[in-house]
Amino acid sequence: MFGAAGKSSAYPLGINPAILLVAVFLLGYPLFASDFFTFQIGAYSLILGTIALSLTMLAGYGGMVSLAQMTVAGFAAYVMAILGTNSVGVMGLGWPWWLTAAIAILGAALLSTFIGAISARTEGIYTIMITLAIAVAFFYFVRQNYVIFNGFTGFAGIEPPTLFGVYWRDPMPFYYLCLAVAAFFYFAVLYGSRSSFGLGLQAVRDNPRRVRALGINVFSHRVVAYFYAGAIAGTAGVLLVWFNGRVSPGLVGVDMVIDILVIAVIGGLGAPIGPFLGAVAFVLLENFAIDLIDRERFNTVIGLAFLLIVLFSPDGMLGLWRRAESRIRLPRANALWGARANRDDWHSASSPKRM
Amino acid sequence: MDEPGTAVPRSALPQAGQFALELTGVSRHFGALVAIADIDMTVRAGERRAVLGSNGAGKTTLFNAITGDFPPTSGRVRLFGEDVTYLPVHERIRRGLRRTYQISLLFGGLSVIENIFLACRGVGRGRFSLLRPRPDDGAMEMAETLLDAVHLDDRRDTPVAELSHGEQRQLEVALALSGAPRLILFDEPAAGLSPSERADLVEILQSLPPHIGFIVIEHDMDVALRVAERVTMMHNGRIFKQGTPEEIENDPEIQELYLGHGERGGGRA
Repeated sequence: MFGAAGKSSAYPLGINPAILLVAVFLLGYPLFASDFFTFQIGAYSLILGTIALSLTMLAGYGGMVSLAQMTVAGFAAYVMAILGTNSVGVMGLGWPWWLTAAIAILGAALLSTFIGAISARTEGIYTIMITLAIAVAFFYFVRQNYVIFNGFTGFAGIEPPTLFGVYWRDPMPFYYLCLAVAAFFYFAVLYGSRSSFGLGLQAVRDNPRRVRALGINVFSHRVVAYFYAGAIAGTAGVLLVWFNGRVSPGLVGVDMVIDILVIAVIGGLGAPIGPFLGAVAFVLLENFAIDLIDRERFNTVIGLAFLLIVLFSPDGMLGLWRRAESRIRLPRANALWGARANRDDWHSASSPKRM
Repeated sequence: MDEPGTAVPRSALPQAGQFALELTGVSRHFGALVAIADIDMTVRAGERRAVLGSNGAGKTTLFNAITGDFPPTSGRVRLFGEDVTYLPVHERIRRGLRRTYQISLLFGGLSVIENIFLACRGVGRGRFSLLRPRPDDGAMEMAETLLDAVHLDDRRDTPVAELSHGEQRQLEVALALSGAPRLILFDEPAAGLSPSERADLVEILQSLPPHIGFIVIEHDMDVALRVAERVTMMHNGRIFKQGTPEEIENDPEIQELYLGHGERGGGRA
């Protein structure tokens, strides 16, 4: 809220200790975690979380549930393979990594803008269906096109550069690279939510008719949101192709498209931290569900977790956390303020904000 | 009050004899239902007009046809000499048209100042900016002025969902005054207000700068006749009578229909 900066903080140094603790944990994580946990769990969660963040921006702030965010990220991954270097002998123009990455991100943002231009005049289930149709069309196109996308096989041998003497696919450097990108976009979305554009986007979500009566072009605002979200997903797509070292149609298949939606929903669409919580839960389940149940049943576990969270906490893990927090705080408050503590005030103070 | 909207470009100021609004044969049908039919109406720049009529007379539909929320089925709408019949809502707003709604349509998750800022930004540049507005931002300065003008300065950072009904109506007025309005359509701005809040509203409307014209739909005749220079009466989707407040008040046909015999002022249309 404007002007809130002037208010004195309740925390020493003005920083919530919980946030400080999370920051210290994330920064120190590779120092005590194994390479597997650093790379396969940590870095992968951050990448998926960043892609899901782009969906949270569209759905949570803009009310547009797009199922094409993985398609946008996958497009950036393909651009890296086609314009950069790969080991399959198809395309691989060998352009420098920085130019390839820049084109991949810009291309992804433009593809997302195109998807937005097609779907932004629709709402609700129609947006979901149109974006799903685009995602499926892209999947079949890359699977059947051998000239540019190398069809079913896709591309392999796509690696990040060695820069400043660091090989960026080593677990620790790659984790920090992903953390830096995720943190950048997390804070960008958080900051941008109170910008002119962010306020307009939330207003468009809440009441498009009223927004038009303020002189704002609702369609343009939505399409620009797709552009920004595409840049986020595209950047994550570059990291994803460096993480996998390869890209094939499976990356943009319906399974992955739905996975991103699941991550965003189980994490919670109400705040930009939600997709990262969802991504950690998803990646842990993906890796360790096999210890509990057959590998073939992995999707059953994910589906059950999704159902449970949606049933008991429609606002995802964020909602669970907030409810738990309010239950912990309430008895403390009663103890501090006595029996006359105003329960309604405490509930309203900790109730999840819609945005 | 401060004068919101005074920083208008010279070209935006009304020229002598210029019409702010010209409606020619405007009709709006919803299937077989004729909501308004063959409306011919002109409003001079800077004029204050009241549109009165019973429920279902077509007053709000008329507003929707003017703003483009529901474009007319037939007829032409000209705004400051320009034919805007086929322009989308936001383009009409950028040409100086504003409106409020019968039921407050605000953004409950945003604060009071954010709502007003958004309205100021909506008709200005920087709508796609990802930067938070600085206090010296032109739109923010205007928002602060409007906040003061509608007496909501002590509710600046309050989420709109927590405002009382009267405060929400005041905020609606602030949104309508944002940017450089030239013609404002107020749809029942006094609905649900207490007598003191109505007095505040009348004061706000009467103290608007002279270049800002408005059309007000109002059931409270006392409010409508105090702020309007001319009155248009509607009945069954058509214009029934037009005249000065005195002419309307003294018209026996209108007294018969709306005021009842012998009643003067303060009645309900």
